[in-house]
Amino acid sequence: MVNSHHARRQSDAPAAKASQFGVYVLLAMFSLIMLLPLIWMVSSSLKPGYDVFQFPPQWIPHPVEWSNYPKAMTFVPFARFFLNTFTIIFFVLIGTLVSNVMIAYAFARLESRWKTPLFYLVLATMMLPFAVTMIPQYAIFNKLGWVDTFLPLIVPSYFGSPFYIFLLRQFFMGIPRELEDAAAIDGAGVFRTIYRLILPMSWPAMVTVCIFTIQGTWNDFLGPLIYLNKENLFTMQLGLQFFVGQYTGGWNLLMAASTVILTPILVMFFFGQRFFSKGLNIGGLKG
Amino acid sequence: MVPSALETSQKPVRRRGRTLQQQRARLFWWMISPWIFGFLAFVLGPMIYSGYLSLTSWNLLNPPKFIGWQNYIQMAHDPLFWQSLKVTTIYSLASVPLSLAFALFLAILLNQKIQGLSIFRTILYLPSVVSGVAVAEVFMWVFQPQYGLLNSLLAYFGIHGPGWVSSPGWALPALILMSLWGVGGPMIIFLAGLQNVSPDLKEAAGLDGANHFRTFIHITLPMLTPTILFNLVLSIIGQFQTFTQAFVMTSGGPLDSTLFYVYYLFEQAFEYLNMGYAAAMAWVLFFIVLVLTLFVMVSSSKWVFYQGE
Repeated sequence: MVNSHHARRQSDAPAAKASQFGVYVLLAMFSLIMLLPLIWMVSSSLKPGYDVFQFPPQWIPHPVEWSNYPKAMTFVPFARFFLNTFTIIFFVLIGTLVSNVMIAYAFARLESRWKTPLFYLVLATMMLPFAVTMIPQYAIFNKLGWVDTFLPLIVPSYFGSPFYIFLLRQFFMGIPRELEDAAAIDGAGVFRTIYRLILPMSWPAMVTVCIFTIQGTWNDFLGPLIYLNKENLFTMQLGLQFFVGQYTGGWNLLMAASTVILTPILVMFFFGQRFFSKGLNIGGLKG
Repeated sequence: MVPSALETSQKPVRRRGRTLQQQRARLFWWMISPWIFGFLAFVLGPMIYSGYLSLTSWNLLNPPKFIGWQNYIQMAHDPLFWQSLKVTTIYSLASVPLSLAFALFLAILLNQKIQGLSIFRTILYLPSVVSGVAVAEVFMWVFQPQYGLLNSLLAYFGIHGPGWVSSPGWALPALILMSLWGVGGPMIIFLAGLQNVSPDLKEAAGLDGANHFRTFIHITLPMLTPTILFNLVLSIIGQFQTFTQAFVMTSGGPLDSTLFYVYYLFEQAFEYLNMGYAAAMAWVLFFIVLVLTLFVMVSSSKWVFYQGE
């Protein structure tokens, strides 16, 4: 992600070669260990039911049981659960982008006596565990009649979230101010400046925010668990939990369902990671 | 052209009787108003409300009944509350240092000047992006006592592995082990911190005859302390919120050995409908996290070294 431009001088070549080899071995070993659970998951998901109970374990399934996937996906209505999750993500994304860009821009560029203390307050709320406000939030949404709707999972995203405010503010502050001053003199208002100038220059940060938002919403379990009780409203995470409760068969179908749930996020991060070095300003972490 | 244009922007431009300065200050409040509303409606308001609820007995169905400090007194005498606090503390005490040390170790490996690092970085980082029920289920299968991945691997070495999540003594260690799988986040932050350490300083130490280990202890580690502080605070807060593993994998068992704080709070609120008691627990959690964070921040002046100070 970040590359130092410094090459260490190696006077003692053989010793350096040996230590390089050692680093490779360690990295390869730890990478394999990290990958093993995922390999194990995919391997199990493609086995016939009886084959998962075998010692020594068979790593390459034979025969390959592709039908585990359609079976797992239709045993409970995962298509419906996907649609629900997708709907929530769609509206959360809109809210997250619109609100946080606006708030972060204000913190990056506008002036007020209260700006600094308010920004510290934003950072402080980042530390607040969800469990602390969970009960009263539930009580409030319950009173509004929002339980068993997607609203409690969507609406809060329209009011900014501290991590994204911080991330976008850091990025906006790195954009040369002169450009905006020039735009302001041309008579462009703040919103037009954001739309025409800031957003086109901030796409790595925007992509980063989108990826984190999709990941967070896709992985969220406690929120949907509290607010969604009806089966036709379940998200993918709740759907898998429901599947586990309903299905008494082997691990192969469960691993097939898990593979389907984990793959989109893994693929998204695999292809999205090159944006992070530009979008995340973590190199300058201080104080 | 340009300099004169910039000069005019310095002078207050009057528009509808207000200076540009005042307009921009007003605009500031307009633009952050969603956050202010959100802070009042989803953070401050709920916290005050939950302070009130914590002094009541409430099952969601009937109106809350004021009972004073009863919930807090009950908590002090509730063995399960203390068990949940103990489980969460042990888990954090083991998991936070282990995962940070592991993350730092991996980051150091990734900070070497060798080819093909990006593929290792990707592999080591990827597991941390997934979480939730699917990961919990995968690890249920990894920890399965007879045919699971872990015990199968141990069997290659002739070791008869324990029951992991199904055994009271091994369930918590299993979850601690599992937490190491997600060290990608702190690892990447450590890597960024390591790459910020000035190479000149390390080189100077090298010329003075310090070996790699001494350079690391005396140069790199002190320069890395702000990053360590950041990761430490985030990890403590994160680990204190452990929920999904307890809910999906163990239901807090066996024998309450994995009764995590937030899981117990959830049970009290949404299974027994003791909303008042759960609200009191939430307040206690808030104070624990606050005190821990403040402790780390205050103590940091003793061990965190900022460049340029």
